[in-house]
Amino acid sequence: MFYREAGDFKTSYTEDNQTFPIKFDRYRYYAVLLVAFAIVPFVINDYWVNAVFLPFLIYAIAAIGLNILTGYCGQVSLGTGGFMAVGAYSCYKLMTGFPEINIFFHIILSGGITAAVCVAFGLPSLRIKGFYLAVATLAAQFFLVWMFNKVSWFYNYSASGQINAPERTVFGVPVTGAETQPWAAYLFCLVFVVACAVIARNLTRGTQGRKWMAIRDMDIAAEIIGVNPLKAKLSAFAVSGFFVGISGALFFAVYLGAVEVGEAFGITKSFLVLFMIIIGGLGSIFGSFAGAAFLVLLPVLLKNILVGTLGWPTDLAAHLEFMIVGALIITFLILEPHGLAQLWRVAKEKLRLWPFPH
Amino acid sequence: MKTKLFTAVAAAMMAAAPALADLVIVDTSYRTGPYAANGIPFSDGYQDYFTLLNERDGGIGGEMVRIVECETGYNTEKGVECYEATKGEGALVYQPLSTGITYQLIPKATADGIPLHTMGYGRTSAKNGSVFNWVFNYPANYWDGASLAVTHILDQNGGDINGKTIALVYHNSAYGKEPIRTLEGLAAKHGFNLTLLPVDHPGQEQKSQWLQIRREKPDYVLMWGWGVMNQVAIQEAVNIRFPMENFIGIWWSGSENDVKAAGDKANGYKALTFHNLGSDYPVYADIQKHVVDAGKAAGAGDQVGTVLYNRGMYAAMLAAEAIKTAQEMHGTAAITSAQMRDGMENLEITEAKMAAIGLPNFGPEFKVSCENHGGNGFGAVSQWNAEAGSFELITEYYQSDQEIIQPLVDEDSAAFAAENGIEPGC
Repeated sequence: MFYREAGDFKTSYTEDNQTFPIKFDRYRYYAVLLVAFAIVPFVINDYWVNAVFLPFLIYAIAAIGLNILTGYCGQVSLGTGGFMAVGAYSCYKLMTGFPEINIFFHIILSGGITAAVCVAFGLPSLRIKGFYLAVATLAAQFFLVWMFNKVSWFYNYSASGQINAPERTVFGVPVTGAETQPWAAYLFCLVFVVACAVIARNLTRGTQGRKWMAIRDMDIAAEIIGVNPLKAKLSAFAVSGFFVGISGALFFAVYLGAVEVGEAFGITKSFLVLFMIIIGGLGSIFGSFAGAAFLVLLPVLLKNILVGTLGWPTDLAAHLEFMIVGALIITFLILEPHGLAQLWRVAKEKLRLWPFPH
Repeated sequence: MKTKLFTAVAAAMMAAAPALADLVIVDTSYRTGPYAANGIPFSDGYQDYFTLLNERDGGIGGEMVRIVECETGYNTEKGVECYEATKGEGALVYQPLSTGITYQLIPKATADGIPLHTMGYGRTSAKNGSVFNWVFNYPANYWDGASLAVTHILDQNGGDINGKTIALVYHNSAYGKEPIRTLEGLAAKHGFNLTLLPVDHPGQEQKSQWLQIRREKPDYVLMWGWGVMNQVAIQEAVNIRFPMENFIGIWWSGSENDVKAAGDKANGYKALTFHNLGSDYPVYADIQKHVVDAGKAAGAGDQVGTVLYNRGMYAAMLAAEAIKTAQEMHGTAAITSAQMRDGMENLEITEAKMAAIGLPNFGPEFKVSCENHGGNGFGAVSQWNAEAGSFELITEYYQSDQEIIQPLVDEDSAAFAAENGIEPGC
């Protein structure tokens, strides 16, 4: 009833293989995009942008990146925080080094630089896998944070080691710096999120994605049927690094505006993004969004309810927040190990058959 | 139990309903996480002083103060969230108590026109008010702290520390890195060697740093630590039997929480301070009577008189005096954040003023001006007396080496102005 397929006929392979084969689904996504682009920018204020939308959008990109590597290609990575730092610091160096070039290109370039770094740290994946690879990427995390703290060239020799995003504009509208309007920052990130999601979706449902998934499911079998593990694994690291780098650059330049590497890109960030894809659903683009939304929005929501509405002491609320989020994570994983994306998939299946299940 | 909870919830909801005409003070506190031990007493002191003014005097200039507390966990992302969530309530001033959050907020608060008071922390070059119009860091800053520590060491060595070694154990973040430039300048001036030993957030892991200290035996160790890092450092110093009187912490590394864990062996540890210690002041009797005994104390109410409680209270006192100044200047009790800025910029703390509010001889006198948002850099050295269980002042207030600091302030603020296209001017 809600998810009708009746009358939704497909007469070609292209139609059958499109991203959203169900007409209802497709229009719903268009509607979401329409609201996101055409309505939200007019109604949001500073609080919504800085506390809710920017973190959600930026973490969604990071989660998509990690999902490609871990969810689709099966290479466990604990280096996300470090790779985000690479994106942030490349963006900073590019912004200050080439102020005449548009920030848009700087952010894409930062993604490219991160991809290169990510590939370099992905090289061991050819020999090691699973937990061992996790430890190797953990080393990347610590090394990168240490390096950005140690080498003062990366923060332009500033006394404090902080990097600050100067004001940069797109079409004359500032998108970084203090004068940024909420809608500008939001739209700027939204463009990146949508582009990343479309690219990721198309990569993962094509040849490249099949190669990644073959490697994930069984690397030896994949090699026998003709998948080159070197190319498949390194391309996964590159694509993942590209997205994570973009998210790091946006995180620094648009969201926070000033960053201290140890605090902003520490190991907790790697875990946070990993939790996002585990809760959202490994191997699912929608899951990346769902996981990011869950872990970004839930604490803010809880805080607003406990402190804002109920007026509880802030420390009690903060501790309860940890407990509630932690308990919910465990509950989710017990009830649905495949994450929110699987819940959504099941719900959709049910709705397609409703009210007459088999 | 249930009805009790419901009444409490209902009462809290009614209390949370906004009353718009109040003077809104936001307390971005942290009572959780690795820095909580030091965040709690500061926040308690900050809130209790305003509660005292409300209870005893009916607010400031007849206008009640409303405190909005927001938990940051010393985390910059949460700090930004707190700032955005509370600025709309008409916040007069922010006191984030975190160098990281301060760096985030400087551009935002400047654009929004809300003053920041980063007392003894934050961006040191914000002392130059002609560039940082909305940021204040009086009465002293990190560079003052670095210089005060070196002056103290000079005093102890008859003015000659040529060839001596000073190690700096610092939190590997913007906060800990701040004093390095000053110390390098002072090292060149006085001829001592400087060893830098960074400790990563949150600071529990510092075995290797102390092994290096044990091996190299520096004559003095300075520390820029905060939260759990201080405790660990002092414990490690005790473990390697480093002479405690040669171990000097910045003012954020000198509270009871930091030394008590190490026991009697921590006796003699020194820390800088820019205000007086203990609870032997008339204002504490009032706090006890109107706040603690009335059951209106913030937190558990057990921190009164500790070093960081005093500091929080001192910060609140400076904010309250700035509000009074602003009220006098603009002839209105319900001031705005822009008027608050004027009040802070024209703030003058004199001994007579401090005595009148029950804090005689509590801190140095200073005067804020448009060019100088950072006070005069006066501070003193305190020492831990394990037997008495308290820090005691062992020196007079003395001034930092402005000859070294002022050029650094000018240079750094000029760089910030150039980077952000600010035209300095008063």
